[in-house]
Amino acid sequence: MTAPTAVLPCSAEELAATARRVREHVVDMCAGPEGGHLGGAFSSTEILTALYFAVLNTDPADPADPDRDRFVLSKGHAAVGLYAVLAERGYLPTAELADYGRPGTRLMGHPVRAVPGVEMPTGSLGHGLALACGFALGQRLDGRSARSFVLMGDGELQEGSVWESAIAAASLRLDNLVAVIDRNGLQLTGPTDGKAPMEQLAERWRSFGWAVRETDGHDPAALVGHLGSAPWEPGRPSLLICRTVKGRGVPFLEGRPAAHYVTLSARNHARARAALRADSGTAARAATVTAGTVVAGRPA
Amino acid sequence: MSWSALATAPPQQATPVDPARPEATRTAYRDRLLALLPTDPRLICLDTDTGLFGPDQVAAAGRQYLDLGIAEHNLMGIAAGLAASGRMPFVNTMAAFAATRALEAVKIDIAYNALPVRIMATHGGLAAGHLGPTHQALEDLAVMRALPGMTVLVPADAAQAAAFVDRSLDLPGPLYVRLGRKATPALPPGTPPPVPGRAQTLRRGRDAVLAACGPYPVQACLAAAAELAVEGVECTVLNVHTLRPFDTAALVEAADHSGLVVTVEEHWRSGGLGGAVAEALAEAAPARVLRIGMPDTFTDTVGGHEHLLAHYGITPARVADTVRGALGLGPAPTTD
Repeated sequence: MTAPTAVLPCSAEELAATARRVREHVVDMCAGPEGGHLGGAFSSTEILTALYFAVLNTDPADPADPDRDRFVLSKGHAAVGLYAVLAERGYLPTAELADYGRPGTRLMGHPVRAVPGVEMPTGSLGHGLALACGFALGQRLDGRSARSFVLMGDGELQEGSVWESAIAAASLRLDNLVAVIDRNGLQLTGPTDGKAPMEQLAERWRSFGWAVRETDGHDPAALVGHLGSAPWEPGRPSLLICRTVKGRGVPFLEGRPAAHYVTLSARNHARARAALRADSGTAARAATVTAGTVVAGRPA
Repeated sequence: MSWSALATAPPQQATPVDPARPEATRTAYRDRLLALLPTDPRLICLDTDTGLFGPDQVAAAGRQYLDLGIAEHNLMGIAAGLAASGRMPFVNTMAAFAATRALEAVKIDIAYNALPVRIMATHGGLAAGHLGPTHQALEDLAVMRALPGMTVLVPADAAQAAAFVDRSLDLPGPLYVRLGRKATPALPPGTPPPVPGRAQTLRRGRDAVLAACGPYPVQACLAAAAELAVEGVECTVLNVHTLRPFDTAALVEAADHSGLVVTVEEHWRSGGLGGAVAEALAEAAPARVLRIGMPDTFTDTVGGHEHLLAHYGITPARVADTVRGALGLGPAPTTD
């Protein structure tokens, strides 16, 4: 296992603060005319924030840099979260987020390449891992040191195509590939394990030839430590299983299947905003405790 | 290169395929790609345990060949990722698997992104023969023709397959190339190389237009035209090797003389060449269109490629009888 080597470019407090702003943007978007997939965006907010602010080697000023790291949001329904993170990171104006779902704009309900920073359009589940394999293979063939990342949902693992690509990634020994699973335990109509039990999830992936770790998916420091230090085993793709809570950050939505897709009324929009403000104090205190231990970066 | 630039580009040199010798379009593709790999670092061949590349060919291709195993959805996704990284993947699978099993990845990952993936689909039409309906592809042209930006090519012989490999290096967006399995007859000596997007006139006549795609249908039309000529009926024979973008102008011009078009293909009669011709002429220059193809059924008999073509009436005699009937020189035509 390779130890992390570089210092986090931004602190855990800053990551937590960014995650809070991301959630505020998402709440605002979900109060728009169409609503949005709030639940899965909130379970993956820290993951996306950690990736774009402390892990991915990408530059909003040069989004086509051939040496950039690649990211594919395979759970494309979390588009509102991705748009918010991309805006915070400087790929598009934060003011543009108000366009989400409105006719004639580019912020579609699932990611499109017209949005700067979006590498691949996604939405139909079970596509992202193969796409990320293709990116990782291309980086290796080109002799680049860049990595490719993909975020999948846990319900998405019910798609058979995921396992085609899980086999391929290990077979190709793509150790520049990092997959992340947002293990929030819920899908549209109920608990994921009630549809298709995924016991021993880590063991399943290990048996396919992957290096696997598990972590708290809402802990920026842990996320950056793990994601930044991949590959963890030479010759093996890396999988980080993130324990998360659907709707995390808004108590009246947390852990509820109904959080999957919401259109917030004015009243609930205000309640959600207030909940995020209250939550930010707790998150900041927790981040302060761990800030001194946060490290990340590429293996030497 | 854009489609408009291609229309005025000079024909390329014929590729070194012996026109007198029957050869499979799939091996012609393979051999031409192998010759091109060292010349263009963008090219990479992705396989799915099809066996088209033997050990010698795999060794010759080196790092530009990868067998990803029996997983066609994964194949299309990886090809899309590579194409979005600046490469031009040639992917090997059977037409049946490309057009149905892997269709969603073809649609979303490749066509939606307009990526330059070359889908080299063997066992097109009835070429799978005795292997049966699971391996035959009688819907692939309809499916691929429906996707925005997809170029759909059906070479009529091995030389055309090799020529399309050459031309594919300059074509924009994704390509679907329908190939066969076993050796099929070559077009007449002297047939010029095909130009993607432009129907190829193999014979001219004033009484009827015979439009076909693929080796056996084109051969059936040439044979029927020769037979009818003896009776004083002159037919134009069009090799419509490109189904998308469709050469409506060539069809309109040819149909203008006779008002009768007979289409011939190894495909269910909906959505393929017959469908494309009917759509184009209905809007641009209405003419009578009679479609010869696979009846509305899965194959229900065992037989090789040519046996199945004869069994289901994709033959020179059927083409000639259809023309005679339509011109009042024989029994009324049936195409079911």
